Amino acid sequence: MNTVGYKIKKGILYILLIILALLCLLPFLLMMINATRSGVEITTGFTFIPSSHLKDNWEQLFKFVNLFRGMGNSLMVAVPATILCGYFSSITAYALAMYKFKGNKLIFIVNVLFMMIPAQLSLIGFYNLCMTLGLVNSYIPLIVPAVAAPGTVFFLRQYVQATLSPALIEAARIDGAGELHIFHKIVFPIMIPGVATMSIGAFIGNWNNYLTPLILLNNPEKMTLPVMISTLNAATDLQSNQGAIYLGVAISVIPILIAFCFFSKYIISSISAGGVKE
Amino acid sequence: MAKNQVTTKSKQRNRNNVAYLFVLPFVVVFLIFSVYPVLRTLYLSFTSYKGFGDPVWLGLDNYKRVLTDKFFWRAFGNTLKIWGVNIVVQLGLAFLLTIVFSDIKYKMHGLPIFRAIYYLPNLIACTSVAFLFKTLLDWKYGSVNQMLISAGITSTQINWLGDVNIAPYVISIVGAWMWFGNSFIVLMAGVQGISTDYFEAAAIDGCGRWTRFFKITIPLLKPILLYTCITSLIGGLQLFDLPYLMNGPQGGTAGQPNGVLQTAVMYLYKFGFETRQTGYASAIAYTLFIIILIVSIIQFKWLGKED
Repeated sequence: MNTVGYKIKKGILYILLIILALLCLLPFLLMMINATRSGVEITTGFTFIPSSHLKDNWEQLFKFVNLFRGMGNSLMVAVPATILCGYFSSITAYALAMYKFKGNKLIFIVNVLFMMIPAQLSLIGFYNLCMTLGLVNSYIPLIVPAVAAPGTVFFLRQYVQATLSPALIEAARIDGAGELHIFHKIVFPIMIPGVATMSIGAFIGNWNNYLTPLILLNNPEKMTLPVMISTLNAATDLQSNQGAIYLGVAISVIPILIAFCFFSKYIISSISAGGVKE
Repeated sequence: MAKNQVTTKSKQRNRNNVAYLFVLPFVVVFLIFSVYPVLRTLYLSFTSYKGFGDPVWLGLDNYKRVLTDKFFWRAFGNTLKIWGVNIVVQLGLAFLLTIVFSDIKYKMHGLPIFRAIYYLPNLIACTSVAFLFKTLLDWKYGSVNQMLISAGITSTQINWLGDVNIAPYVISIVGAWMWFGNSFIVLMAGVQGISTDYFEAAAIDGCGRWTRFFKITIPLLKPILLYTCITSLIGGLQLFDLPYLMNGPQGGTAGQPNGVLQTAVMYLYKFGFETRQTGYASAIAYTLFIIILIVSIIQFKWLGKED
């Protein structure tokens, strides 16, 4: 097998794979380098050597937007939404998987149905509802709906059925434990790997969400990071300095890059798990 | 004994009643924030609602208007064009990578690290990706043109986002760049679920790589392929963030140049949130949904037959 031809072919495949990997990383590298260059330097050509204008770009950018405020706002939405999604999806999934009650099947079917419905179908009704309830410019419509996440409930229901043994619950009942107590002390700890997988996805989705905050938030003080970044489009005095725009994008991207270094294994296993279910 | 049974039964009933309490928060929030908006949109699609006052019932008028609205169909066509090229590149690349990494002869190393790098662009907010590429592809000062010119590949600057013949495909490619890693992971997970025995047996029988691919990999991957195609179509017809932010000098729903970057959801957004023809926008949403539904059913039948 180890002929020269085989080795050359294998080498070529590796080179192609590495080129593709570089194409994935190159835009981020250019972004970081250009964030340190002045607008004039950027117009004259590109280079891989960082320049010294990071501070100027920073000052110019923050005169226009306070991206750290946007980051704080995004955290204020994404953290509670993720926690609500994780907790309430688990308890719902557990009830659907392990209890017999009237309506169980109906809830499950409607849940699956809503997994297939595209978001734009509810967009107008959702906005209309938020107007009626006086929730425009509030974080409530961005956080509370996380309580009902059909995809997460579906995944966790399968997860409970696969990992939780009914005998364990029976044993706890004989010991006289209450139902909610059983969920908190026995079931939830067992579900944690599945919940963590879904929570990573939920957090990223909430952190990156654009369309819903775009229609709901028009007060600049309240804007989440993606909405704030999109306002750079209209900043004509920034357009003259592309360095500041690169820096703005870089600030929004770098936290995710850092998080990815730590969590990539979990993130990727969560997608594999999501794709294999049929 | 009999008494005991009765108490066990009533205990069981009480226990199952607790389940209602467990699902209650989900059901309440689901009804308010998921079911109601969808039904409300449906109701508004039959009215002349303009964002305030009382909706006036119009029957099917909005739908008639959608069907004859040539700008809606243009936006729909744009979406299909952008999505079509995107999906071919995205799935094609993911398939090639799956073949390379699952090849029993070459046994490529480094799958975890390559997979992680290929997946990375998925995690970045669409808004950031849009801005990054908009700036990199700027025809005057963007790094892409500067690199191409200094490498001698082109002598004049290419107007990536300003040329009607190029711009839609640029969006497709940026989308493929963002999402191919996800398709790759999903397909690879599917292939790893196929026993290598099949491939080895086929290899012993003298089947080449492509025969193995078409006779073993594709048929066994069918459910996952179906899942990927349907989710990608649902996602693709909802394309909004990238073209909304990357078109024209300041983004927006016009889809410059010449409206070629105006997607169906951008068109919906224009009526729903800019000109406030809420009723009409709702009808656009439902028309799109019906189209997605029909295409999904066709895909389902087409990929699901032969079994």
